[in-house]
Amino acid sequence: MRYEAPETLDAAVALLAGESGVAKVLAGGTDLLVQLRSGMLEPALVVDIKRIPETRRIDAEAGGFRIGAAVTGAEMGEHEELVAAWPGVVEAMELIGSTQIQGRATPGGNLCNASPAADCVPALAAAGATARIVGPDGSRELAVEDLVEGPGKIRLKRGEFVASLFLPERAAGQGDAYLRFIPRTEMDIAVVGAGVCLTLDGDGRCTAARVALGAVGPRVILAEEAAAGLVGTTLDEAALEALAAATSAAATPIDDKRGTTDFRRKVVGVLARRAAAVARDRAQGEKA
Amino acid sequence: MTVTVTTTINGDHEEFVCEADETLLDALRDHLGLTGSKEGCGTGDCGACSVMLDGRLVCACLVLAAEAEGRRVETIEGMAEGGELHPLQQKFLDAAALQCGICTPGFLVAAKALLERNPDPSETEVRYWLAGNLCRCTGYDKIVRAVLDTAAEMRSA
Repeated sequence: MRYEAPETLDAAVALLAGESGVAKVLAGGTDLLVQLRSGMLEPALVVDIKRIPETRRIDAEAGGFRIGAAVTGAEMGEHEELVAAWPGVVEAMELIGSTQIQGRATPGGNLCNASPAADCVPALAAAGATARIVGPDGSRELAVEDLVEGPGKIRLKRGEFVASLFLPERAAGQGDAYLRFIPRTEMDIAVVGAGVCLTLDGDGRCTAARVALGAVGPRVILAEEAAAGLVGTTLDEAALEALAAATSAAATPIDDKRGTTDFRRKVVGVLARRAAAVARDRAQGEKA
Repeated sequence: MTVTVTTTINGDHEEFVCEADETLLDALRDHLGLTGSKEGCGTGDCGACSVMLDGRLVCACLVLAAEAEGRRVETIEGMAEGGELHPLQQKFLDAAALQCGICTPGFLVAAKALLERNPDPSETEVRYWLAGNLCRCTGYDKIVRAVLDTAAEMRSA
């Protein structure tokens, strides 16, 4: 295995594009090193992107935030403006692993590892985040939910990698939240996850909504019908009940050691309803 | 592929040669003779290999040794000042906050990182901060109390 730590995006692209064998990108390494050591992966080349300045910064951009792909969860949690604007995205990232893992794990890695249970992906999708992909043909922006193809698979061409994520400007009256179910208080992998982002007008009526579900399908599910059902409501009990039913209907979970199909289908509705209530309170300016 | 790494470990300039796929934990233990950091799980779950990397608490088993180039690494071996134990080390001894001792270096490095950020943590904050450090002997209670007592003593010192 060859290890390279280029200092520019172009150099990283050239290395990845020039490798004929398996080439992997190293950000925080909390998934990649486990895969290397278990023998699951035997790459010819590992490209560490952490010495590229663009991957290590959180920058203000167009009223929102450009988050480098190798920024850590701990760094996101320490960024006061980011926490204030997108608390749901930050809480999803911070749910991942221990203090030690938070010091290394990155949103770019969580996205590109493409686990169906990835915590920050539903939160990013609900927030309308995009990924900046750089490659031999230049750079492009892709909605995060369109990047993931299935378990462990992302839609990148040879030589391409995710350099950063973009969170748009948080609109007036907008709030987001992410909740997951695990059978303990922390240090576990989501059995079910739900991210919700809502926009309310001055009368508390919902004008826009995005609902994204994790661990209930091979990839993150953008529950568009469920979200559309919230628009025009005041997020009263009836609207939240309808959201729960619609998200349960949108889920396509499997049975595995973490949970059964029926359990996941039920719980995803409960979590979507609760996350929507938190997002509503945040949209109305209440600290939650 | 071998890589030559120049880094700072516990304040000392170090240079070593490792394989590209070798972890920082293996480099510390096998090339540098720093065997205080332990391998428990090798997958970032147990925290026995906790070290500081550029001021961040990390699992050395999930860091490639090559990544340490130009970085600052602090291990359990750097915790005592000469012959004088860090207050956390002394308290762990006094309070018997260990049994077999395999997890202890990781707990000490992690607890020190906590007290540097937060000199007055609540019990809940200590338990959450140390959730990535597993101990199969003590049941955690003595460890958590030792950290809280050390924090109190360091605040009044």
